[in-house]
Amino acid sequence: MPLQGNLRDFSTTQLLNLINLAGKTGTLTIFEGLPTNEKDAMGGVKMAAGKKRASVAFKTGKLIHAGLDEQDGNLVSVLNKAGKLTSEQARIIKERAKNTSDKALALLLINANYVTQKDVLSSVQQHTLDIVYDLLGWHEGPFRFDDDALPMGDRIMVPIDLENVIIEGARRVQDDERLREEIPNLDVSLKFPEDAKEKYKGMHLSVEEWRIVGYVNPKNTIRQIAKANNMTDMEIRRVVYNLLQAGLVQMVKPNIAAQAAARQQEGRVVPKSPPVSASVINRIIDRIRQS
Amino acid sequence: MQQVKMIITGPFSSGKTEFINSISEIEVVSTESKVSSEIERTVKDSTTVAMDFGRITVDDDLVLYLFGTPGQRRFDFMWEILAEGMLGFVVMVDSTKPETFREAKSILETFRAYAPTPYVVAANKQDLPDAWKTDDLRIALRIEEGVKLLPCVANQKESVKSVLLELLYSILEEMETK
Repeated sequence: MPLQGNLRDFSTTQLLNLINLAGKTGTLTIFEGLPTNEKDAMGGVKMAAGKKRASVAFKTGKLIHAGLDEQDGNLVSVLNKAGKLTSEQARIIKERAKNTSDKALALLLINANYVTQKDVLSSVQQHTLDIVYDLLGWHEGPFRFDDDALPMGDRIMVPIDLENVIIEGARRVQDDERLREEIPNLDVSLKFPEDAKEKYKGMHLSVEEWRIVGYVNPKNTIRQIAKANNMTDMEIRRVVYNLLQAGLVQMVKPNIAAQAAARQQEGRVVPKSPPVSASVINRIIDRIRQS
Repeated sequence: MQQVKMIITGPFSSGKTEFINSISEIEVVSTESKVSSEIERTVKDSTTVAMDFGRITVDDDLVLYLFGTPGQRRFDFMWEILAEGMLGFVVMVDSTKPETFREAKSILETFRAYAPTPYVVAANKQDLPDAWKTDDLRIALRIEEGVKLLPCVANQKESVKSVLLELLYSILEEMETK
């Protein structure tokens, strides 16, 4: 079944993160939202999927193609937009090669020395990224991810790693409340993912982000890292959110003992686990199995 | 008579009451009231105000109580009281409602901070066609690898049993490592 929802609940950045981490292959389609008379579980107006607005394709977690429904995405237009073909050249080629696929057209243009293979690949890549960066600013609209659905074979597809795209999307989240919801507790630590070397390869981090990365260690809480870098709670939340979204760091389970101590200091009752033996648990297990 | 308890928590309308109903040997003592807002009424007619209360008698000396927390944030002052002395907890997530995932994650973090007890996440409504897969939910909710995220259908007893058993195995494992 397709993965579906609305961008207001699960943002484009979060979707890219999910697709990247799960190594998904398929196509993400974003639709115009048509308000219904129903409410969703959080009280928002339930939106039905209307006209298709954009589609983005992925292969094993890499971005390979993006298109906006309102935009002409054929190769000639892409090369024209990138300045590789003049508007006059584009007009003539479009007229003469109406029914030629993008791949065949690229070969013709390369053989005729209009463009190089590098021009084609970089222009297509930039076009794809421009669309996806645009989508990062969309905050509303039903979406659907169809597993294994890919664009037609005649399209030129350039695989693009998603990490840099994701971190760019995360940087655009300016909503403080959202950041507080995402990282409610600053007394947790950070650690690197197991494939950290792979993840950091080719990443374009800001100075601020690199400074925080330097302190990533399960022994340091986010609050301590903020203090060491003279950052406010919201500043550190913003940077940590970027790194989390790009999968460059992971949160470590909070030190429960430290939290309990803090709560006790605040004069609050700290619930204790009851003194229960393993035999009690085994008896409950047997009872539930038999029920 | 020894009494132990487990907490079933999760966002509004995630299936907590149904979960307890499926396994409790007594009619669930529910403190449901008519929902107060128009919005919530469109999702369901009544909601748990203080708690749901189910019971499983193990033998003459031991009873397990299941407490369902109120799903709405305005009743969250009850959560900490309910959490006191729990053996472990289940976080219910409605797999078909991505609009509740952020709330589910927030509830999970809140309960995790209450007490160092084991927990599992139950991905409810996995029988429905628009349910998110558990692998996707793990990423969406940022659930660590070591934490059990289990498919669940709260109105099916066998499914509820398997979630509770997994939580009990986690409790046992934790006891053994101490």
